[in-house]
Amino acid sequence: MGAVAESTLSRLRADFPILDREINGHSLVYLDSAASSQKPRQVIEAMDSFYAHSYGTVHRGVYELGREATELFEGARERIAAFVNWDSDLSIFTRNATEAINLVAYAWGRGNLGPGDEVLITEMEHHSNIVPWQLACEDTGAKLRYLSVPESGELSLDELDAVLAEGRVRLVAVGHVSNVLGTINPVEEIARRARAAGALTLVDGAQSVPQMPVDLRAIDADFYAWTGHKALGPTVGMLHGRRELLKEMRPFLGGGHMISRVEREHSTWNELPWKFEAGTNAIAEAIGLGAAVDYLAAAGMDAVRAHERELTAYALERLPEVAGITLYGPRDVDRRGGVVPFTIEGMHPHDIAELCDREAVCVRAGHHCAQPLMRVLGVGATARASFHVYNTRDDVDRLVHALNGAREVFGL
Amino acid sequence: MDALYRDYILDHYKNPRNFGELDPHDLEWHDHNPLCGDELGVHIVVKDGRVADLRFHGQGCAISQAAASITSEELIGLPVEEVAGLDADWVIDQLGIEISPTRRKCALLGLKVMRGATTGDASWPE
Repeated sequence: MGAVAESTLSRLRADFPILDREINGHSLVYLDSAASSQKPRQVIEAMDSFYAHSYGTVHRGVYELGREATELFEGARERIAAFVNWDSDLSIFTRNATEAINLVAYAWGRGNLGPGDEVLITEMEHHSNIVPWQLACEDTGAKLRYLSVPESGELSLDELDAVLAEGRVRLVAVGHVSNVLGTINPVEEIARRARAAGALTLVDGAQSVPQMPVDLRAIDADFYAWTGHKALGPTVGMLHGRRELLKEMRPFLGGGHMISRVEREHSTWNELPWKFEAGTNAIAEAIGLGAAVDYLAAAGMDAVRAHERELTAYALERLPEVAGITLYGPRDVDRRGGVVPFTIEGMHPHDIAELCDREAVCVRAGHHCAQPLMRVLGVGATARASFHVYNTRDDVDRLVHALNGAREVFGL
Repeated sequence: MDALYRDYILDHYKNPRNFGELDPHDLEWHDHNPLCGDELGVHIVVKDGRVADLRFHGQGCAISQAAASITSEELIGLPVEEVAGLDADWVIDQLGIEISPTRRKCALLGLKVMRGATTGDASWPE
């Protein structure tokens, strides 16, 4: 099955112009898609074509360009919403996943949290799903709590139940797939248990939507945030929310386009989703993300997931050949996404990444915006390889080669 | 030989000079590199207006550890007031390797904490 996935997707490599680049005399091996993915020419061309032929602002122009821009923009929203199986009028364009989470932390959090309430997150969250809640708790007097991450890298639903049973949790905010460990969290089950305990759930899908089928109706969370730039698209984020919540919430940002009528002292709000889209949108980016989800849908998200799974399994098989290496995250590739964090005894991750770059192998090094998790793991930083449709087994071989070379430079 | 990871850089990384803690000490400072989370602390004993002894501790990449080690050697014996005059160019000169913009803060973290301890200046050396 793995070989099938690779042969099906390997033809997609030709769609990514950046893979023609050479760095330091080597062909590019891009293994940092969990940070940001590369873009296929279909996405680049959709944005170019919009700027070159159809550019105008949306929702205002009576002229032809305004109509075309609005159709392209709102058409992209419909296809993006369909891609994750949610209503398009409940699918809000944001700057990125971070802004989508902040939108909820401000517009819902400030209006609904208070002393005695708790927000429950996990130790494996990205800073973007930690800091907005720290600020919301500071402002409202609510308390921030963490579900622990054991050595297995997998959350305990028993621990979740125990915290929920105390009856103070108003919101559970959890990542769908960990950007550090790759853990695929059981968000459907978490949302179900949270709802039964009277709490809302926000899922950070920044790492999941790009690499696996995501069905928001099946997950049934209250809010779901993700970002386009990790999903082969440009930098634009999405927030999907439940209708009754979005209707009740105050707007996040005030300004043009989000209003129905502006009086001297007060205003009334535009309909959903525009109530939460103050100011001029990143129009070309939204259109680019529409092209990206078209591209992913054509590739087939089941095939994308199979490809990620196969490359992760291959990396977990080959990387232990490197002496002194430690791998982190769940061992079962059915329960982890396409991200492989590692450290090497005697070499700091920064130096690993620097020496990999000599062979044009791009890996991430650092705390991955997850400093609380780094402390749980007992490391200051890790190196991390992550995959997308354009990666191959050969890329993993090149990584192993670069790591062995790096150890030689360090005299290990 | 590697242009960045020269033998003496790797030697300072693997066998950092003046690594550890000093108790009692007169001055101390602690800071981190927000880009990578690397942390570095320093303890300094002052005698007759000079850095009489110094120990640094923490974790970091080869560049940051070697830079801290080399900087520590230069600081011991120096009048405390002269530490304020040391800048980024001085550190990079002491390192003797070319430092790319992405590794600049790695190279400067050691001086940053040592200068912080002696002057209270928490800014990055320029």
